[in-house]
Amino acid sequence: MWKRIRILFIARNKEFYRDRSALGWNLLFPFLIIIGYSFLFGGNGQALYKVGVVVESSAAAKLLPPQFAEFRKTRHVEFVEFSSVEEGLEKLRHHRIDLLVQPLLKRYWMSSTSPKGYVSERLLASSGATRPDGFEKQSVVGREIPYVEWLFPGILGMNIMFSALFGVGYTVVRYRKNGALKRMSVTPVRPHEFLTAQVLSRMFLILITTAVVYAGCAALYGFSCRGSYATLFLVFAVGGFSMVALGLLVASRSSSEEFAGGVLNLLSWPMMFLSEVWFSLEGARPWVQKLAKLFPLTPMIDAARRVMNDGAGLVEVGPRLLAMAAMSALFLLAGSLLFTWRKE
Amino acid sequence: MGVDLTGPVLEVRALVKDFPEVRAVDDVSFAIGRGTCFGLLGPNGAGKTTTIEVVEGILRPTAGDVLYKGAPRTAGFREEVGIQFQNTELPQYLSVRETLQFFRTLYDKKANLEYLIEICRLEEILDRDNRKISGGQRQRLLLAMALANDPELVFLDEPTTGLDPQARRHLWEIVARIKSENKTIVLTTHYMEEAQILCDTIAIMDRGRVIAMGAPEELLAIHGGGASILLPGKLDAGKLEGVSCRWFEVEDGIEIQTDSLNDCIHALVGRGVDLSGMSVRSQNLEDLFLKLTGSQLRS
Repeated sequence: MWKRIRILFIARNKEFYRDRSALGWNLLFPFLIIIGYSFLFGGNGQALYKVGVVVESSAAAKLLPPQFAEFRKTRHVEFVEFSSVEEGLEKLRHHRIDLLVQPLLKRYWMSSTSPKGYVSERLLASSGATRPDGFEKQSVVGREIPYVEWLFPGILGMNIMFSALFGVGYTVVRYRKNGALKRMSVTPVRPHEFLTAQVLSRMFLILITTAVVYAGCAALYGFSCRGSYATLFLVFAVGGFSMVALGLLVASRSSSEEFAGGVLNLLSWPMMFLSEVWFSLEGARPWVQKLAKLFPLTPMIDAARRVMNDGAGLVEVGPRLLAMAAMSALFLLAGSLLFTWRKE
Repeated sequence: MGVDLTGPVLEVRALVKDFPEVRAVDDVSFAIGRGTCFGLLGPNGAGKTTTIEVVEGILRPTAGDVLYKGAPRTAGFREEVGIQFQNTELPQYLSVRETLQFFRTLYDKKANLEYLIEICRLEEILDRDNRKISGGQRQRLLLAMALANDPELVFLDEPTTGLDPQARRHLWEIVARIKSENKTIVLTTHYMEEAQILCDTIAIMDRGRVIAMGAPEELLAIHGGGASILLPGKLDAGKLEGVSCRWFEVEDGIEIQTDSLNDCIHALVGRGVDLSGMSVRSQNLEDLFLKLTGSQLRS
């Protein structure tokens, strides 16, 4: 059995690294995103900003100064309320909000490395809130996470998601469509051997390319992982596995690349937007936040950020690892039950 | 269970295969002896590929039995047979040599690599990417893949379809050599010439049923023996009424099959049919098929 899995694993790896365009894209894509974002935020910034507002009580809400009331009318800015400064600062440190304002005491905090924080501060200033009688800037206490370091785990997670879903899902469907699976079905290869080889091959490639991208970006931007690399590796391995399992589920029966591509896009695009790759869901509607938790990308990115940004250990990210493992088991079970060699 | 070494290698009994809206194989039975080449012939849609895929274990039969060496097929069947499909894409980004090594590794029993290369004439393309080989080279590689486990029984599903005459003859030579090594071959084709050259026994299928079976010479002796007259151009069908013959429109004119050549030509002359450009030949398997099914083979 292992002899057959090994040869299938090697053949698939050769197919991947000899396909220069696919290999190049897998390695280049995350770099392009990171570099692109650096340039983007060196200039004009984004149109949507999140400002945290510390409102200690409902009574205090009625005593907000007029300058702040003016600021609240600003379009394209979302205001998220917090009941304490500590809670708001925690969100600010993790770039879940761009600016934190305590209107009652006329104070505000911002991340010095966040381009969106800078723009939010300018918006606050333009509303007249930072005149001599206005708001006073406070310094953020505690370690601040550079914006690129916050963004990076999301980009890695997204790259893993695309690589796993399309690298396995699309490929297996193509094999079925062109008869390669049918050819395999008349050899002694069993479905579980074939699927195991596909999973192992994609996992190997995902972890190698992620390591290369990580090393490249770390060298480029000089950041490091605050937690252990072993924990980070485990997060990406389990997260990648759950994505590969989802890809296999999508590819279990279809022989239409167009259909499979559509389903994979249907899965990957909401995950990309709702799993906090680009922006946090802080302040989003509760059902949206609940929906995001159903996607395997959400716990993967969240756990990776905790390890990389906060130095979290295995115990802290354990629940997320378990959630991803449970999703993997579910996807694999359904995928193997539905799997067929032949076109329907 | 013991293995029967004296009886047929493969036996198919009353095989039926239904698809939702069609019965593709209808009560098909045959037996194939060791070291022989058995041909399943028929036009597209006759049911020969479905029959062979049921026998290969790809499709489940609706009814009937398939016996390999006198017993139902077991998991070991896949280790002992080699299969070449009609349409299979080769592994991408692998060389011909890597592809052969890949398929050999999948089996416990392996054919000698040098033997595979030599018998299928792959020497010159061994290090070439699969995507850069010609149609004939591709078919030879697919055949080598089917022989990767040194099988006792080889299934070849329309191995020469789409090949030019030279490449087709090359493949026939290879199949003939495999046959000479006492391997049993099951071949589907819609080329009668191919069947006549390679097969010891043929079964002609039409609409899911076997309509004739036997050695090519026997079939011709039983069902044929007449002649075919080819007349170029068009012919008024009314002029053939009452003449003891069968006629078909073919690509370059009218083909008339008859068991009594003199009577037929007399009748045609008597009805004023222009016989200039006429050619006459003995009937072959293709004519036999037309006679049995009343349809063109390569429709």
